[in-house]
Amino acid sequence: MMAAGDVLGSWAFYAGWAFMIAGCGFFATAALGLLRFPDLYSRLHAVTKTDTLGLGLLTLGLALLDPSWRSCLMLLLIWLLVMASGAVNCQLLARYNLEQEEEDNHRVS
Amino acid sequence: MIWLASLILLTALAGIWRMTHAATIADRLLGLQVLSTTGIAFLLLLAQWQSNAVWRDVALVLALLAAVITVALVQMLRKRS
Amino acid sequence: MSPELLPDLTLILLLLIMAWGALYAPQRSDAMTLFIAFGVVVALIWARLDAPDLALAEAAIGAGLTGVLLMHAARALPDELHRRNRTATYWGALAFAVVATLMFLAHLLTDDSLLNAGLLDGETDMTPRLRSLADATMGDSGVEHPVTAVLLNFRAWDTLLELLVLLFALSGLRQLFPRESAPDDHATSRWPESLALMAAWARVLAPLLVVTGGYLLWRGSSAPGGAFQAGSLLAAAAVMLRLTGLLPPLRWSSVWLRLAVVAGALFFLTVAAITGIWGEGWLTYPAAYSGLLIISIEIFATLSIAITLSLLVIGEWEDLRS
Repeated sequence: MMAAGDVLGSWAFYAGWAFMIAGCGFFATAALGLLRFPDLYSRLHAVTKTDTLGLGLLTLGLALLDPSWRSCLMLLLIWLLVMASGAVNCQLLARYNLEQEEEDNHRVS
Repeated sequence: MIWLASLILLTALAGIWRMTHAATIADRLLGLQVLSTTGIAFLLLLAQWQSNAVWRDVALVLALLAAVITVALVQMLRKRS
Repeated sequence: MSPELLPDLTLILLLLIMAWGALYAPQRSDAMTLFIAFGVVVALIWARLDAPDLALAEAAIGAGLTGVLLMHAARALPDELHRRNRTATYWGALAFAVVATLMFLAHLLTDDSLLNAGLLDGETDMTPRLRSLADATMGDSGVEHPVTAVLLNFRAWDTLLELLVLLFALSGLRQLFPRESAPDDHATSRWPESLALMAAWARVLAPLLVVTGGYLLWRGSSAPGGAFQAGSLLAAAAVMLRLTGLLPPLRWSSVWLRLAVVAGALFFLTVAAITGIWGEGWLTYPAAYSGLLIISIEIFATLSIAITLSLLVIGEWEDLRS
């Protein structure tokens, strides 16, 4: 008969692995989007949003597998940083590309 | 664990395919972003796999530097008319 | 064949592709972006080779600061130079890469010594002799991390010389670069629209970089970290702030700047001189104070490295938009 702690422990183990596999699945989706989308702007969305989600699920899974304070705090910090930098980079790259296209049109015309 | 790590690295290959067959400079910076995020994921998996917390520190540094390098490159790669 | 070979071989493949792209990409800016990606992959390879200090340094310097440095240096160069260099070496490099890969694969698949050592079947204890030596004598060194013990106690002379080399590099750079702004300045006086976003982001990232740098410096005595890694993170913060206009140009005329540049090497030399003249020998720390001395040396060294790297990368640019 399993004690309550054991049940919780194995639940965390299976949930952790499930989240991790889902996270890697989203990574694969992001890669697919990166390769197949027709336009830079759609590719930007594919990468920054999906990659961040994949990493978030991955860190959630890892946090469930290793629930010590230190590692969870570090994982949270890394995920917040990647999320913020993904959002900012999406904006920056999109605006940069718009600007460069305007410059090119300026030069041609 | 190893299979997950390999899967992640294979998606990185997709990222660098985009880097090498890029239509614009922004595409290459995007590929760099994918590679960095993949590297962070790989390092986090490595931390769990080898039960060594130092790889999380390396992942943090990589996350910070990836953010810095995108901002820096966007500023420095502007063409002017 | 062990399943660990799969991520390792993928990393090697990534590395080869990045290296090839960095050398033979059609545009110079593309080649440099690929070189930065190469730095990221090398950091991952250091991680797989169980070298966290090197992985930290590579991620901080190779993936970040080197990219900015190269971009700044390359702006004045004409594109034809890049094309000419490319075609001259293409076939030779391709032949070399193919031969090297074939040799590596042959070694991997057929070498008996690897099979006998059990390497192809899983992990074995490959602790090098140097590591065992360092672990054995670490108790006398004042710190708990073997790499720091070696760098700042057993081989402190080498680290002191490294700091001096950094100083010489900075002086050399200052001879070559003019003090005014970049020579080809066709910038219009129009700020990019996303500057407000970049400035806000820099305000968030820079303190985070400084805190992480401090964390790495403090942990250097008991875990991977140390002065070089912390200093390069601080330099990255300075670069970030400078590029978004939040930090004024670093002026060499300021005496505090020059003092900060030499502080690390100077403090280290002072410690060395004191131990040489009144102590047991050049850079032989007294056992009771060695931990304290190592921390103080690292703090000053971090300051120097941060300022020196910032000067090397962003220098005294007046116009950060061109």
